Amino acid sequence: MNRIDATLARLRKDTRSGLVCYFTAGDPDFVTSLELLNGLSAAGADIIELGMPFSDPVADGPTIQDAHIRARAAGQTVVRTLELVHALRATDANTALVLMGYLNPVMQYGRDRFMRDAAAAGVDGLIVVDLPVEHAAPYQAAARGSGIHLIRMTAPTSDSDRLARVLRDASGFVYHVTVTGTTGRAVWAPDDIATAVARLRTHTSVPIAAGFGIRTPEQVRQLTGIADLIVVGSRLVEVLAARGVAAALTEVGALAAAIEAGK
Amino acid sequence: MTSLERSTPAFAYLGNGPDALGQFGRFGGAYMPETLMPALRELLQVFQAACLDEAFWARYRQILTDYVGRPSPLFLAENLTTDLGGARIFLKREDLNHTGAHKINNCVGQILLAQRMGKRRVIAETGAGQHGVAAATVCALFRMDCVIYMGAEDMARQATNVQRMQLLGAEVRAVHAGTATLKDAMNEALRDWIARVEDTYYLLGTGAGPHPYPQIVRDFQRIIGQETRHQIIDKVGRLPDAMVACIGGGSNAIGFFHPFLADPGVQLFGVEAGGLGLASGRHAACVAAGRPGVLHGSLSYFLQDDDGQIRNAYSISAGLDYPGVGPEHARLHETGRVSYTSVTDDEALSAFHWLCRNEGILPALESAHAIAFARQLAPTMTTDETVVVCLSGRGDKDVSTVMGYSEAQR
Repeated sequence: MNRIDATLARLRKDTRSGLVCYFTAGDPDFVTSLELLNGLSAAGADIIELGMPFSDPVADGPTIQDAHIRARAAGQTVVRTLELVHALRATDANTALVLMGYLNPVMQYGRDRFMRDAAAAGVDGLIVVDLPVEHAAPYQAAARGSGIHLIRMTAPTSDSDRLARVLRDASGFVYHVTVTGTTGRAVWAPDDIATAVARLRTHTSVPIAAGFGIRTPEQVRQLTGIADLIVVGSRLVEVLAARGVAAALTEVGALAAAIEAGK
Repeated sequence: MTSLERSTPAFAYLGNGPDALGQFGRFGGAYMPETLMPALRELLQVFQAACLDEAFWARYRQILTDYVGRPSPLFLAENLTTDLGGARIFLKREDLNHTGAHKINNCVGQILLAQRMGKRRVIAETGAGQHGVAAATVCALFRMDCVIYMGAEDMARQATNVQRMQLLGAEVRAVHAGTATLKDAMNEALRDWIARVEDTYYLLGTGAGPHPYPQIVRDFQRIIGQETRHQIIDKVGRLPDAMVACIGGGSNAIGFFHPFLADPGVQLFGVEAGGLGLASGRHAACVAAGRPGVLHGSLSYFLQDDDGQIRNAYSISAGLDYPGVGPEHARLHETGRVSYTSVTDDEALSAFHWLCRNEGILPALESAHAIAFARQLAPTMTTDETVVVCLSGRGDKDVSTVMGYSEAQR
């Protein structure tokens, strides 16, 4: 069974929201990145979201742009990212892992080959920021053929017609971008998120993740029970960059505790 | 000349694109984050409605006539022609437009779209600053707020244009990321748009980007080719044998070529920036040395490494310093309708001086690339043939670059 599906089934049984932790693969280098990933499940992450570095990450704010630059400077590539996942699976066979990135590196690696190799490495889902539903069909088919969920994204700007189209073939979970902006933008409007999630649920029964701009344990607590999955990215990347692996894992623990407290 | 090999081809694509997904064959499309997809759809709807509105086009033409100074002349460069002894060389004088380049044509059209959409804030990216100046100009004319993203490296190379934009009331934001050139400016403009899509119009200046931009930019730049067609028939009684334009993203070239795509007797040449030479790896020749990929919303040719990371482009000319080409050019390359070639920095500089001394015209370094190729092409043609070069912009902005280069050579 795909680990995302297993995780979502377990969360449903426990009636709690899940914590999705984003880090950039190979930030600041392969060894440190692996050390961090190895500790994420124990620290309280339900799903690992691993960013694939790209030269031109237009949907990302400065924090994650910098992480991409650090990782690429240390030699991170698509091949190395799949190796990183493979290495993680030696110690952590069960935590669901989603790759998040931009289309061009996946396209150049080769669509079908990428899905096959990603599945073999232990990847469960794929988010491609610049692959809208209009162009997604061949990628969706390739992902499905390899047992990978191609995660659909929605935004505050998506109207009902568009939501219906985007969500028609959704699988795994839906990633709702909670702010009109790039990653890490600090605008906090939990009521808007609740309204948006409720609207999404009229279009799909697939679980919903809320991400972009969610930073603190208190914010996570407020979204508990509203979104099925809560994504924290830029804040964790900042802590990792400023204070290292142990501090980042402590931060993950604080976010996980907030979900327990909000249950 | 080599055009004989291509005198009666059946080209698969004659400019009737894009399709419903914004694709020119497999190229183009709208590969953008979900946040922007509704805005792109709205833009397409507004553009399609405008296209059917005769009053819209009347207003566009009126501004081009009274404010921009169109039609731009088609000038027979007799001294160049005599110097080379081959085909007669005509120059389409886009450099004589208000603001000094072809960029204003697109800006006039798009500011009218922004007005139709009720937007009051306009953002744009710029490389050489010509698009930035044109965008700032139409924003001043329409009293809209204007923010221009420009690479810090380009701001240093094109300081005069930065000052012009500021004098016109625009805020110029320096972009330090990456190579601090056009690609990075476009990244930042897109990030701004993602954050403020509700109240902001993105006035994209090149033939690249997500659907519907390549089509919008082309249709507002077609005026170059439409005028050229009338003018050359007036002057020589028939269509030209060859046309030459420089290609960065490719907006002047697509507008210049498009009305001639269905005329197989007209050979079309797009000239990319060869920088220090293709073998050096330091160039912006994306068709010659790039591969199909996705950046800034469209599938086209991009300079990139095996990992799909976009490689840095290089050219002495800031306006050609972009690692991709517009998707319609990719299609025209694939079908063979347009021949894409390149000239080096040195060849462009030499052509710059050649045009200055022989015709009293100071071309933009971008346009000097087209001149340089025409200089190679014309002697291979007969004296009863004609070649039209799109002189896309004037070179005042490049004086310090050219003088600095001459110093360094000494």
